[in-house]
Amino acid sequence: MQVERIVRDEHKVLLSDGQELAYETLVIATGSRARPFLEDCAVENVYTLRTLRDAEAIRAAAETTEGPVVIVGGGYVGLELAATFRTHFQRMVHVVEAAPRLLMRAASPALSALVAARHQEAGTVVHAGRCVTGLEQVDGAVSGVVMQDGEVLPAGLVIKGVGILPNQELAVMAGLDCQDGILVDQYCRTSDSSIFAIGDCCRFPEAFSGRLVRLECVQNAHDQARTVASVISGKAQPYTAVPWFWSDQLGMKLQTAGRWEDGMTCAVRDESEKGKMSFFHFSYSGQLCAVETVNHPALHILSRRMILSGVFPEISQVENVDFDLKRLLA
Amino acid sequence: MQLAIQENIRGIEAECGGACACATCHVYIDDAYLHLLTPPAQDEEEMLEGVAAERRDGSRLACQVIVSDALDGMVVEVPDRQF
Repeated sequence: MQVERIVRDEHKVLLSDGQELAYETLVIATGSRARPFLEDCAVENVYTLRTLRDAEAIRAAAETTEGPVVIVGGGYVGLELAATFRTHFQRMVHVVEAAPRLLMRAASPALSALVAARHQEAGTVVHAGRCVTGLEQVDGAVSGVVMQDGEVLPAGLVIKGVGILPNQELAVMAGLDCQDGILVDQYCRTSDSSIFAIGDCCRFPEAFSGRLVRLECVQNAHDQARTVASVISGKAQPYTAVPWFWSDQLGMKLQTAGRWEDGMTCAVRDESEKGKMSFFHFSYSGQLCAVETVNHPALHILSRRMILSGVFPEISQVENVDFDLKRLLA
Repeated sequence: MQLAIQENIRGIEAECGGACACATCHVYIDDAYLHLLTPPAQDEEEMLEGVAAERRDGSRLACQVIVSDALDGMVVEVPDRQF
């Protein structure tokens, strides 16, 4: 069943089968969809990954196609697939990223360099700073990916992982304020006080910085749902959660607590002899803003607690692997 | 963990969906059955250090517990909080 329209002045939603539903409080949790890219090249064996059905289709295509896999987009989705195609299916893999480095939006340059190196060691060819302009085909199936400089990468299977668009159309139609995401306050309330929006589809004021951000992660969706539940049940708690993210690829467990931004100072905790590496990111004023860990779940959990409680280590304590960071929270 | 989610057991959050990445599916396993489980791998062991509720001898992350016929009758206790 689809919602056709929100009729705000009558407090009801119209459904695609003609039914109407009255509401006192409405929550928009419409999520996001793959950003359209190369839509005019309607060829087979080109996929996006958003749903279980997409995943099943890609797995089927992994068995039925031959030749290199080209992944357009070096974000988490693209890299997890690149890892699986290399290690599980032993395919030749190219990752093409328009930005100068992998994980440009989600990770610091330090983590991004480490991840790129691991993918290259695994045999994946990483093309950073290069744009895709088209697809070539043979008999309706993709055969190559055309780069901006004219080079054509041969391809038997193409995955487009170039980000998402928030599903905000219903909100726009209803006249709610939107700006690449449905705008909400710290209680996830839209510009109409009886309508909330949560998850990928909304843009909210980040508690720490006050800046308006849109976050594409499951933690955000869960915690914003809790915020709205608290408002509806009369015990309103603003959304102040520390965001966290994770990705498993090539035997690495990548976890991020907080949110990295350009311009932060990075301190490295190098426990590479134990297969662990961590990057601590501090703001200009010395506040701990984000911690990226590789194969270090315990430190990830500890980092979430440190950021939340505002108890921060000194850079020297981060770098000294013999210093027990747990002591700071004791 | 998958069973708990499918049956909507309250108190099992399982935010990461079973990737051993969030420690919100913490449970206490019945002593009598603990030895029948594969012991925690290093990443689970580390995540258990960070569980929100009290950690006990029977603490496990439900997403790392594979259910088999041998566990028939096992009692699993849900802790008072997950975060």
